[in-house]
Amino acid sequence: MPEMTYRDAINLALKEEMRRDSSVVTWGEDVALYEGSFKVTRGLLAEFGEERVKDTPISENTIIGVAIGAAMGGLRPVAELMTVNFALLAMDQIVNHMSKIRYMFGGQTFLPMVIRAPGGGGSQLAAQHSQSLETFFMHCPGMYVAMPTTPADAKGLLKTAIRDNNPVMFLEHELLYNSKGEVPEDPEFLIPFGKANVIRAGSDVTIVAYSRMTALALEAAIELERESISCEVVDLRTLTPLDTETFISSARKTGRAVVVEECWHSAGLGGDIAWRIHNACFETLLVPVARVSGLDVPMPYSRKLEKLCIPQVSSIIQAVRSVLSGASQG
Amino acid sequence: MEVRLRAVLADKELIRLYRQMVLSREFEDACAEQYTKGNITGFLHLYTGQEAVAVGATAALGRDDYILSAYREHAQAIVRGAEPRRVMAELFGKATGMCKGKGGSMHLFDPELSFMGGYAIVGGQLPIAVGLALSAVQRGENRITACFFGDGAVNQGTFHESLNWARLWELPVLFICENNFYGIGTEMHRSSALASIHKRTCGYDIPSEKVDGMDVIAVLRAIRHAADKVREEQRPYFVEAVTYRFRGHSMSDPAKYRSAAEHEMWKARDPIPSFAKRLIEEVIVTESELAEIRKECSEEVSEAVRFAEESPWPEDDEVYEDVYV
Ligand SMILES: Cc1ncc(C[n+]2csc(CCOP(=O)(O)OP(=O)(O)O)c2C)c(N)n1
Ligand SMILES: [Mg+2]
Repeated sequence: MPEMTYRDAINLALKEEMRRDSSVVTWGEDVALYEGSFKVTRGLLAEFGEERVKDTPISENTIIGVAIGAAMGGLRPVAELMTVNFALLAMDQIVNHMSKIRYMFGGQTFLPMVIRAPGGGGSQLAAQHSQSLETFFMHCPGMYVAMPTTPADAKGLLKTAIRDNNPVMFLEHELLYNSKGEVPEDPEFLIPFGKANVIRAGSDVTIVAYSRMTALALEAAIELERESISCEVVDLRTLTPLDTETFISSARKTGRAVVVEECWHSAGLGGDIAWRIHNACFETLLVPVARVSGLDVPMPYSRKLEKLCIPQVSSIIQAVRSVLSGASQG
Repeated sequence: MEVRLRAVLADKELIRLYRQMVLSREFEDACAEQYTKGNITGFLHLYTGQEAVAVGATAALGRDDYILSAYREHAQAIVRGAEPRRVMAELFGKATGMCKGKGGSMHLFDPELSFMGGYAIVGGQLPIAVGLALSAVQRGENRITACFFGDGAVNQGTFHESLNWARLWELPVLFICENNFYGIGTEMHRSSALASIHKRTCGYDIPSEKVDGMDVIAVLRAIRHAADKVREEQRPYFVEAVTYRFRGHSMSDPAKYRSAAEHEMWKARDPIPSFAKRLIEEVIVTESELAEIRKECSEEVSEAVRFAEESPWPEDDEVYEDVYV
């Protein structure tokens, strides 16, 4: 299997799906000629032409609205939002329109569309460019939310997203673009939605994470192994549909769980997952579920302060130790 | 000078326009009554007074052309061919409604009629219309997209974004602004720096015109011309139809912000009797034939109400259907 970056894996998924199906089109700000502000759409304009690869005005709400109309009319658009922060300008089309159209029109139409958006913090981009908004989307029924961790998952999940007939928020992590991993070449390599991945097996504690937080959880697990602490890491892959089955059976087995989320703590998705574990495993849990979350502040610019706001390997290790000592924090 | 009706359409078609306006009016009157009885709940925005716009415009569009609208869209759906009984059942929230009772008054939809929805977020349908036009072009379909919206929508970002976009990508979108002078209780002069809406499109290099929205023939001719242009040139066009709603914004609005004189002035221009007068003057129908049409429409609407009343409620399990494919 060839090794490639997360960025190239996404790029490959786009190319394969565009080759396979001429109704797949893509657009966004600086997507075509400039090849994407994170260079994810490199080579697309050259291969597929202006007809299918388009630059748009800086009009986020309309980037999504046009994709909705195009999907309703029979295309399969992949709209790129330059970063997930700008999705907030498109929340009207995403939440008020995209997620509801099928339902409120009584199932008479469907929207086969994907919104790709890079996001997450950690590059000292300050408050307006470092957000993790996954909970916002997960909260709203009527769309799927995928957040790949590995290059292989990025490819397989994006291909599934493009072929799916539901609207999908496909949230990429800016700090994962350069990460590398083996990626299957098979153009039919797909990863189903709603199937979490036990990315590392273990017996003492379950760590539930997604996207870059899974990468940090894996590092934490490796360090803890030196102390003979065995962590099972569950990578959610998709937040909607949420594979509760996998993390609940893992927590039932280990009796302890830590949920790691990059988003803000207050009303964050980790609270929902912790509740599901408590609810399903109340009898078998040895200790309450711990949460490791983003700090409840707008992201500061300063490198020193920013670090305090995003879960670190060390904070995950600390949370694992606390549940092992019988006390859960957070 | 008004054109002679027969120069525009055949007699049968002219009579059909009259019938559609009457049916729309009767339907809305019945809605008001059913709302008062508690059979229709939620928001209810009636189209009374604006009939000439939906009827004239729809008559000028092709069967395959996409139509989108806002939340005051019962007449647009019915004129397009939706069965009044299925619209009424939708308003009642019944399983037999156009959208199985899940959309209600503001969210009518029927892909078979290329009626691509009523939307309740002011300005929300404009980008979707642009996307539908794009899909038609890319799929090689010879259909244009007609997008209705109110005067209130022109101050939304989506209005400006969509006009710019449609012109930039050369998409066949016909923007139709129904200017009834009010967004709820706020008169346009209190919300818009430039109240002459059709002039706004010069910022996007989109040709536009203004038409008397109380005159069904004027609307039909303007939209015919506009639709031809859109189809031939594969570019957007913009029509501002000046009209008036005879009722409040919604059923909960007594419309106290409008003077009686203003209301009377517009009532005198009611599109239905004025068109009837022309039909009779040009000896296309007799008064008794028109009375017969009114009776038939009234019966059709009564039947629609009966159907809605007798229809079953959706099953509880239906609540989970249609969230995902
Ligand atoms: C985004 C948004 N803001 C506010 C409202 C509340 N609202 C509903 S209708 C309306 C007035 C719209 O007026 P106009 O576009 O002229 O349409 P009309 O009701 O006159 O047909 C407003 C403000 C809304 N539905 N959506
Ligand atoms: Mg208005």
